[in-house]
Amino acid sequence: MRRWLKHWPWALLAVLLLVPATLVWLNVRDEDAIVDTPDVKGTAEQVARGEYLARAGDCMACHTARGGQPYAGGRGIDTPFGIVFAPNITPDKATGIGEWSPGHFWRALHNGRARDGRLLYPAFPYPNYTRVSREDADALYFYLKSLPPVQQKNQPHALRFPYDSQIALGVWRALFFRPRHFEADPARSAVWNRGAYLVQGLGHCNACHAARNVLGATSGPTDLGGGLIAAQNWYAPALTWSPGEGGVADWDAKDIVALLKHGVNGKAWVKGPMADVVLYSTQYLNDADLHAMAIYLKAPVREDDERRRQPAGEALLQHGAKLYATHCAKCHGDKGEGAPPAYPPLAGNRAVTMEPPANLVRMVLGGGFPPATAGNPRPYGMAPFAMVLSNDDISAVVTYVRTSWGNEGSMVSSFDVQRYREGSGP
Amino acid sequence: MGLDRVADPALRRLALPCLLGAAASLAAAAPVAEDTMAQRMQACTVCHGPSGRAATDGYYPRIAGKPAGYLYNQLLNFREGRRRYAPMTALIDTLSDDYLREVAGYFASLDLPYAMQQPPSAPPEMLRRGEALVMHGDAARQLPACVQCHGPQLTGVAPWIPGLLGLPADYLNGQLGAWKVGIRRAQAPDCMAQVVQRMPEQDIAAVARWLAAQPIPANYKPAAALTQPLPLPCGVVGGALR
Repeated sequence: MRRWLKHWPWALLAVLLLVPATLVWLNVRDEDAIVDTPDVKGTAEQVARGEYLARAGDCMACHTARGGQPYAGGRGIDTPFGIVFAPNITPDKATGIGEWSPGHFWRALHNGRARDGRLLYPAFPYPNYTRVSREDADALYFYLKSLPPVQQKNQPHALRFPYDSQIALGVWRALFFRPRHFEADPARSAVWNRGAYLVQGLGHCNACHAARNVLGATSGPTDLGGGLIAAQNWYAPALTWSPGEGGVADWDAKDIVALLKHGVNGKAWVKGPMADVVLYSTQYLNDADLHAMAIYLKAPVREDDERRRQPAGEALLQHGAKLYATHCAKCHGDKGEGAPPAYPPLAGNRAVTMEPPANLVRMVLGGGFPPATAGNPRPYGMAPFAMVLSNDDISAVVTYVRTSWGNEGSMVSSFDVQRYREGSGP
Repeated sequence: MGLDRVADPALRRLALPCLLGAAASLAAAAPVAEDTMAQRMQACTVCHGPSGRAATDGYYPRIAGKPAGYLYNQLLNFREGRRRYAPMTALIDTLSDDYLREVAGYFASLDLPYAMQQPPSAPPEMLRRGEALVMHGDAARQLPACVQCHGPQLTGVAPWIPGLLGLPADYLNGQLGAWKVGIRRAQAPDCMAQVVQRMPEQDIAAVARWLAAQPIPANYKPAAALTQPLPLPCGVVGGALR
């Protein structure tokens, strides 16, 4: 012990050097050397393929501001750590990616580092995009380079300390990110593997459909266990194994395809952030790819789907029943039977009984339409009740809906309603 | 695969029990989603009143019978962030240009009587000031008169320019104020923004009060076309409206 103590300055020095060196190494491992230049030209097929892949990745959702030029950036993504502003990815030399080579673009997608060497925030879902193939990354690059350049300066992120520092981001990446290639499962069909590639990679489904830890990391692209989208207060239901949430194991693949393509099918509507996904991304995917995603998502059901139930008081239910008859029954029916596909049934509807009740409450508050897609161009709408019904009223009516006609949901308090009043997104 | 293949069997399945229900005079008939715009637009009427006649609280404006191009531009403005009212943006955020044009056309085509309005109380000199600005503008400040664009009877000009009568003073005040601080915008060049910049707050209030106090003409229809050139270039006028 005493001998060790004698050498403590050397030990300290070693630690001081070793920690940053390890951190740097963890952040640049598995990188390819960049040998190409920005003037490489893609073929017409690559550009067309890239356009399709940009849809699959829903790049536009973040890289286009409301009312702004396509792909010129500027949209703020609200996170628990502050606002991350998506950059300009048009080929403008000064403000966009005009000076990027295919190698730089690949490093951004696969390794999460920008052309100037900066580490990128994982609001850009490179923990998913790292699984995109080099061939697809190049096609995306050539497509973006084919767009008209838009001169629009990037807005700096508005993140709180310490999240605004590259060191903190480096630590985050050391803990939660490792570049990796998509590995096909030889035991599964080619269709299943294609679905896995799309869902885990460009589709970045788990960016919403998985829980995040306190540092905002998910457990990885295969986790589709459901999660509350922090800043928006919409709940993205579990997809793979939960019969009580968004599990589709017992759906026909064609129903899954219809929902992703049209935004409605006989049983369900998409709403909230998923309406944007259908509108800007999945409605443009071909049937073969949508089918592959459906096959992948039809994973086995896990049976431990336990829900908490709180009994609701009789007075609350009576008040709820009265409000239901006045405001809801005309479209959704006296017995919650609905008029699909215009008005979804409420009886036996998982979106109604799901835990947490975020989506049902958001739906009653904000109303709205499913996306106007090519397959459903003139959707029917639901009125917003935020200005009509009080928190107590909404608590009563949604509790009534969640516990009637065989539905076995829990009570929703007016406190819950207030919580979901504060949220963004369509 | 078109929606028809999804929609039709479902609607057919619904139609039969519904007819049977009606025949048997059952109290609880299954709901039917009629294939009409009126049915589709139920989402709008909770705030904008039955058939878009305007609500009683004076804030949500009438949309029925307004010029189609004006309504279409407002829907685009909400979707693209030039007008800010979060519930309205959220409501129509995922709708297409084509559908919004149809929505605008539907509400424009409704011909409904206007409700009697309670004229706001205002001191006579404020109303006189309001009337002078609406009818003559203020040459010293290069402020055009409202009637130069919104029609000699202030009933608007089809299809892009709205009428100014039959709107609550609070709504008019709110909109002009929003333009002044830049949270309501229109397609560039934004002529209305330039006009409002030339109006001090007391003039905005006077114009809003006077307009809201006017009786509604028996035949409240937008004029068919502009009779004189606009005093300022306006981005909202023109464009394609099929």
